[in-house]
Formats: sequence, C-alpha cells, structure tokens
Amino acid sequence: MKDLAVYIHIPFCDKKCYYCDFTSFSGLDKRIEEYIEYLLLEMDLYRETLKEYNIKTIFLGGGTPSYIDGSYIVKIIRTLFEKYNCSLVEEITIEANPGTLDREKLMQYREAGVNRISLGVQTLNDQLLKSIGRLHTAAEAIENIKLIRELGFSNINVDLMFGLPDQTVADCISTLEEIVDLGVEHISYYSLILEEKTMMNRWFEEGKIRLPDEDVERDMYHEGVNFLKSRGYEHYEISNFCKPGYQCKHNLFYWTLKPYIGFGISSHSNIEGKRFCNYNTFKDYFDSIDRSKVPVLEVEDIDSHMEMAEYVIMGLRLIGGINKEDFKGRFGRALEDVYGKVIDSSMRAGLLVDDGTYVRFTDKGLDLSNMVYVDILP
Amino acid sequence: MQDIKQENIRNFCIIAHIDHGKSTLADRLIEKTGMLTSREMQNQVLDSMELERERGITIKLKSIRLNYKDEDGEEYILNLIDTPGHVDFNYEVSRSLAACEGALLVVDATQGVEAQTLANVYLAIDQDLEIVPVINKIDLPSARPEEIKQEIENIIGIDASEAPLISAKDGINIDAVLKEIVSKIPAPKGNKEAPLKALIFDSYYDSYKGVVAFIRVFEGTLKPGMNIRMMSTNKSYEVTEVGVTTSKHIPVDRLEAGDVGYVVASIKNVKDARVGDTITDDDNPTAEPLPGYKKVVPMVYCGIYPAEGEDFNAVRDALEKLQVNDASLVFEPENSAALGFGFRCGFLGLLHMEIIQERLEREFDLNIVTTAPSVIYRVKTKSGEMLSIQNPTSLPDETEIEYMEEPIVDSSIMTPTDYVGPIMELCQSRRGVFKGMEYLEETRVVLKYDLPLNEVIYDFFDALKSKSRGFASLDYELKGYQQSDLVKLDILINGDLVDALSIIVHRDKAYERGRKIAEKLKDEIPRHLFAIPIQAAIGSKIIARETVKALRKDVLAKCYGGDISRKKKLLEKQKEGKKRMRQIGSVNVPQEAFLSVLKYDE
Repeated sequence: MKDLAVYIHIPFCDKKCYYCDFTSFSGLDKRIEEYIEYLLLEMDLYRETLKEYNIKTIFLGGGTPSYIDGSYIVKIIRTLFEKYNCSLVEEITIEANPGTLDREKLMQYREAGVNRISLGVQTLNDQLLKSIGRLHTAAEAIENIKLIRELGFSNINVDLMFGLPDQTVADCISTLEEIVDLGVEHISYYSLILEEKTMMNRWFEEGKIRLPDEDVERDMYHEGVNFLKSRGYEHYEISNFCKPGYQCKHNLFYWTLKPYIGFGISSHSNIEGKRFCNYNTFKDYFDSIDRSKVPVLEVEDIDSHMEMAEYVIMGLRLIGGINKEDFKGRFGRALEDVYGKVIDSSMRAGLLVDDGTYVRFTDKGLDLSNMVYVDILP
Repeated sequence: MQDIKQENIRNFCIIAHIDHGKSTLADRLIEKTGMLTSREMQNQVLDSMELERERGITIKLKSIRLNYKDEDGEEYILNLIDTPGHVDFNYEVSRSLAACEGALLVVDATQGVEAQTLANVYLAIDQDLEIVPVINKIDLPSARPEEIKQEIENIIGIDASEAPLISAKDGINIDAVLKEIVSKIPAPKGNKEAPLKALIFDSYYDSYKGVVAFIRVFEGTLKPGMNIRMMSTNKSYEVTEVGVTTSKHIPVDRLEAGDVGYVVASIKNVKDARVGDTITDDDNPTAEPLPGYKKVVPMVYCGIYPAEGEDFNAVRDALEKLQVNDASLVFEPENSAALGFGFRCGFLGLLHMEIIQERLEREFDLNIVTTAPSVIYRVKTKSGEMLSIQNPTSLPDETEIEYMEEPIVDSSIMTPTDYVGPIMELCQSRRGVFKGMEYLEETRVVLKYDLPLNEVIYDFFDALKSKSRGFASLDYELKGYQQSDLVKLDILINGDLVDALSIIVHRDKAYERGRKIAEKLKDEIPRHLFAIPIQAAIGSKIIARETVKALRKDVLAKCYGGDISRKKKLLEKQKEGKKRMRQIGSVNVPQEAFLSVLKYDE
C-alpha cells in the first residue's frame, strides 16, 4: 500500500480577489449543490485505483471552501472515509477566509475530522486588504483566529502576503508580529505574484498601482524570515514557517513528489507516473462524469529524466534540501551523476551548498532559485 | 507572334514616388490591353516579391509586353519596363531608363512632386527620354490636379497641360494614358542588320534555364544558336532561347533592334550578366559597347551572424542564393569574438541592407544578429599606406594613423516649408554642411546638404520622417571622400571588449553615442548574479559608464501540486530566453542588445 494525498477543489468565492488566478467563481451559488454531487461521483470513478493507496492527508482548497455550507464539507469527508482507506489519515486541512467562518461551521468541521485550519489573512492592514480585493478586515481575521482556537483546533495556518502595492517593510513585520502573538502553529509568508489575467496585473501594466521595488521586496522577505526565526518558527520551505513538528504534511507530498490526487474542476493529480489536470469548466467537468469518464483535460507523461528534474526542483524548495541518499534510493543514480555540473557551478556562484548528506540552497540561492532550476530542467 | 514594324513599338517606364500609384497603374495598363485575364490578374503583377508588396516598393525590375490596338485598328507593342524606386538603386534605375524612349511620370494629385520623383525625372531627362506626365488619384476628395500640373511645369519644366487625369485605383481614364504613350513617345530606332548591341537592364537566376537576362536590343538581331559575348567580361555563351515577357516568358525566334525581351544562354551566375553590360555577337562584334556601364560597388557594410552558431552554413547558403539574383550583394566570412563566425556583407545602401536582412529571416527562416552598419573609411597610415576599412575592428591603432577620410554624400531633401527648421537642425546635428535652399513653390523647398554617409546610415531616414511628420524625402549620391577626425568607439561589458559593438564615429559625436549605447545596453542586458559595468571607451579612455545591478530576486514564491506544470512552463520559457542569448565572458547578452547601437531614439 502506498501513501496518497487527496486534494479537493471548492471553486466558489464570495468575491474574487484582485490577484487571484485560481479557478473560482462568485455569484454561482446555485451550482454548489450540483457540484458537490459530481465531486462525489468523480471520486467513485477512481475507486479501483485508490484501492492501492492509503490516504494520509486531505486538503480542501479553493476558491473558499469555508464559503459553502458546512454540511457539504462533512459530506465530502464522510464519503472519503466510507469508500477509501482512510484509517491512517493524519491531517485534514480546510482553507477558510475570515468573514466566512462561524462557530457552527467550525463545529461541523471538527465533527468531520478536520484538524487543521488554513486562514487567508494576507495582511492586517485594512487599507491593503481593501486594495487587493479582500472582503474582511484585520479585526475579523483576528476574531476568527481566536474563535478557531476556542473551538479546539490545535493546528492553525495563516497565509500572509508581502510585496503588496505601497506596502512597507515595517508594515510586513507588524502584521507578522500580531499573528505570531496569536500563537498560530504555521505561517505561509509569500511574495505577491502578478499573474497574467488578473485585475492587479492589468492595473500594474496600466501604471495604476505601484509595487515595491526588488530590493525592498527582498528586504520584506529576509526581515520576515529573520523575525519568524527569532520567534521560534522553523523556516522549512521557501515561503513556509512552522513551530517544531507542525510542517504541513499535505504540502510535503508535493515537495517530495509523492503521489497525490485532486478532485474537482481544474485540480491536478500526480499518480501512477502521470500528471494530469481536470477540466476547468463546470460543463466539461459535468459532461465527462455523466459519461462515466474521468474528467481529465490534459495528461502529461513524466519520464524518468523529467521526474528527476521535478524532484530536484520541488525538493530544493525545502530549506533542508534534498537528501542525496533519498535521491539515490528513488532513482538508482547518484544526484551528482545526474546534476553534478549544475550543482558545481551553482555552488561556485554561492547558490547551493552540499554538506555531504544534503544539497540545499544558500540564503542567496533562495532568492535566485530559478537560475538553478533553469539548468536543472531537461 | 505577329510581326510589328519597329515604328509601332514603344518602350517606356513609369516614374513615380513610393505610394503614388506606379504599380496600380501598371496593373491597369496590363488589364486594359488584355494581356492577362482577370483570373490571372493578381494585383500589382510587377511587384512579385512578398517583401516588395508589403513595402509598396519595387526592388527587382522586370519588363512586360503589352499589345495595344488603337481606335483606327493600328497595332502596337508597348514594352513597359519596371524600375526600382529607391535611392539605393539609382544605377539600376538609370539602366532601365536607358532601355526606354520615354517615361510616364505619375504624380499624386494630392501630394505633388517629391524628391525621389525629381531625382528620377532628371535621370530620365539625362537619358533624353520623352516625359509624359500623368496625374493620378484624382478620385480623392483632396485632389488638386490643376495645381499639380502647374507644379510639374514649375518644378520640372515640362509641359503638363495635356497630362491625363486618372485614377489607377478606379480605372478612370486609362485609355488616355495608352493614347499618350503612342502619340508622345518616339518609336525606337536602330538597324537590325548592324552588329548586335543589346543592353542588359536586369537579370535573375532560374534553376532550370540558368540566368535569364532582360535586354533591350539597340542594333542588330539576336537569335537562338548565336554565340554572344558580354563586353565587360569578354565571356562568350551560346544563346539557347530568346523571348518576350507577357504574363509569362514566351520564346520567339528572334529579337531585333528596338525590341525588349529576354535571353537565356546557359549563364550560371547573375554576376556574368551584369546590369548595364552590352551583349554583342561573338562572331561579328560591335566596336563600341553602349555607354554607361558601371560595376556597382557596395556603399554600406555590416556583419550578419547566425543567432545560433550551428546555423553558419545555413546563412552562407542563403546569402549565396540571394547573391545569385543580386549582383550588388557581396559577402565574405568573418569572425567576431562576441558573435562567433558570420559574414561581412556589403550593400548598395541601407534599404538594400534591410531588404537582405528581412529576406534572410523570412524566406530562409533564419535567426540572425546584425551589427551596426559601417561605411568604407580610408585610412592613411604613418607608414604611408592607404587602407580601406569597412569593419571598425580592422582599424589600425590610433598611433599608427596619419589621418582618416570618410565618404560624403551630396543630398537633396525636399520638404514642405513648415519643417525646414527642424530638418536644418537635424542636418546640422549630423555634421551636414549647408549648400543651399531652392524654393520649388511657395510651400516647398529643396535643401541641399553635404552629409557624411556614416551619419546618413545612422537612422537618418527615420529621424527625417519624424521631424517632418513623414513629408520630407531624401535623395543622395556619393560625392567623394573628406578628411575627418574619426575615432573608434568601443563598448566593454563587464570589462570585456565586445568587438561586434564597436563603431567608428566623429570625435565630437563619440561622447553622446557612447552614453546612449551604454544606457540602452543597461536596459537590454538582464540582471545577473553580479553587477555588470557597461563602459564606452575611446582607446583606453572610458567616456561613459552604466551598471546593470545584480539580480536579487528570481524565485517562484509559491509552488504546490497544481502549480508544477505551469511553473515548469515559466522555467522553460526562461531557459529558452537564456539559450537565445550570447555569452560574452560570463555575461549573457540578448540579441536585441546588438541593435541598440543602430537606433538613435531622439
């Protein structure tokens, strides 16, 4: 039996944030019930494959999973437990946005077995929240964190962003400080990425918003990292921090290239040597399931060379780096045999270090990881 | 082919400024004389190359025979000889004019006479051609035919009172043009019994027949089976085919004095059928060739390099193929430390250069890097030698140079009076020497300047167009060489001299150019792991400096399960971009950077 991570996509939001390019819809509430039905039907299509796997983590992401009625969440998790091997599940995470959570929903989650809440706080500066299209205030976010705690959840993640329009380093640190004071176990502190086809990208190109320059943006990152470390958080992935023992088990599946399956529109899977993604419209997704066909839009065959490259690219995101023995164990070849040249030149450029057991990024390497990745790609 | 008497032949060409409707009128004449069915008729048949069509200009000239029957039932042969319309091709124009007895002068009824037109009209007058003015585009609401007629009379000094008012686009009054051709243009003269004298006015390479030379027979008769001699090279060939061109080549049994047609004689290279050369009978040669033959020499040089080293052979093959049809293109292999192996190529002028570059990219699908164009400088060394330098990197050390000379052109710029100020400023800033100003009419003048050619090839056309909102036009010809205070301007990237970026400039311009190039390179070169100094230098003296700051961020902030494929695509794109760059020392330089020395950006 192999380990498996399960991702479930809930593509509904109250309102799309200006920086978001995920598949999510607002104003389509009438579709929710139907979508959940299809989601369960999709799971059914994989029953044979999943017999071989032990589900270890479940992650409900979005969109805003906390936006829909709590009973749907319960139903999804119950179904998974009824039909698949879930006896060894260690982590069940649900993404939530401040303002969509209430006592009742949290109780339902808890009943269903959710043991980790990931809250999209982004910043505790109300002006900034408004400018990036969030519907909640800093006060609501703080209220929500306290409520989650009150209901007994002992593993809370908070998502925070930096590099926002007109944001300052001091602003980033003050948000981090408030969040740390609330005692959350896990913090994702990531840089704004301007994705094509988002409102913010358009405004940026039209010159309507100003983003911090590269130097300031890097200061936000490094000062943030230093602050979080000083407060006892382990920096374990480029943008992720946690109190000891609280690494996100689900995401580790991604970073160590272990099998995962995604259910729901536009979700991605990597299982049985293939990577595939689902249709990204309701119509295509429903039609396919109606015909009892898996709703897969694209399949990418991953050959061993690509798999090695992905393993290195994802693995180096972890601050601890890649265990050379693990690499050899998985691929039957020494890491140096395959990537010796890139590793050497990157070490000379001060981007990588090799301590004999692990190969990992230096601080400088973390800022410039793509320069190494470009040479890793086949 | 029916026999038509010599006095019923008319050989003519069309002179017009770009966009004044030469090709459209040619189409209408062809259509009207029924040479092509409308199905065969593709717009503007004379401009056959894709590039020509896009630019609306004619590069290669060709001829077409039209059969015309007038109102009295008299039959005529009208040979229309196409001419290129750009200053780079002056010599070709003069040769095709020499093949004619008359020229239609097409003038746009809204815009009037332009510098280019004027230059070509004078060429035609020099060849004793009968000029038949035609006013085109009378369909446009802003047409002012009477004023334009007056303008033609004032500026060119020919009678325009009977000029047909036409619209080639709408097919208005085309008959009148045909009548004018027959009545105004003289028939050719020449004895068909005399020793052969035929002028080559164009040629191209056909992979089945070899070189096809377009000719005008002045004396004698040309038949298959004859041995002919090229008078400039004294090489002989046996004629395998003669013919005339309608919509296609039609073989005939002979071409006689007065005729325009083509000859095929197993000639392997267009260099052996040079434009302007005289063909004679090898067994009964004429004593004197036709006047005016000139071996064309390139005026502008630049380096052309394959963007990817392995394409070197492909670039050579493509240049060879182009050269087969273009005797004025020269090239030889050269080696640049920055760009690797490539070619030094010589052109008639800037437009010719751009056309060749575009053809390499489009027709041969090659990715090339071009260095800044250079003129030919003369360098007198201290040891008394006179060198011709067309590549800045071959310039001797400053200490060995006695003096340098640069080519100067005699230029005429025609412009509406509104733009005289800015244009004079431009010429001044390009080291022009004012020679005079002539009023053509109240609102238009011709400015005469002596300009260094190296200033003209440096983005002068674009600057002129932008200073005059597109209204000014330029004509120039080489005047001669002049001593000048020239220096070699070098560019160093991260301390390494980049030979492909070196240029020769006037000392007074060196600082400004150096600063601008450094600024542009700063924007073009991506940030690296380390800071990159960019310096402009004359000899060992640094005259400008910029720095590309070290890269601080090149990271994917987020990458979870659903992101992998997409992020991989981003990385692949980045990898592709990196591949297309040139490595100079430890710096990756994008190809665009090499263009930064070409554009002025005023």
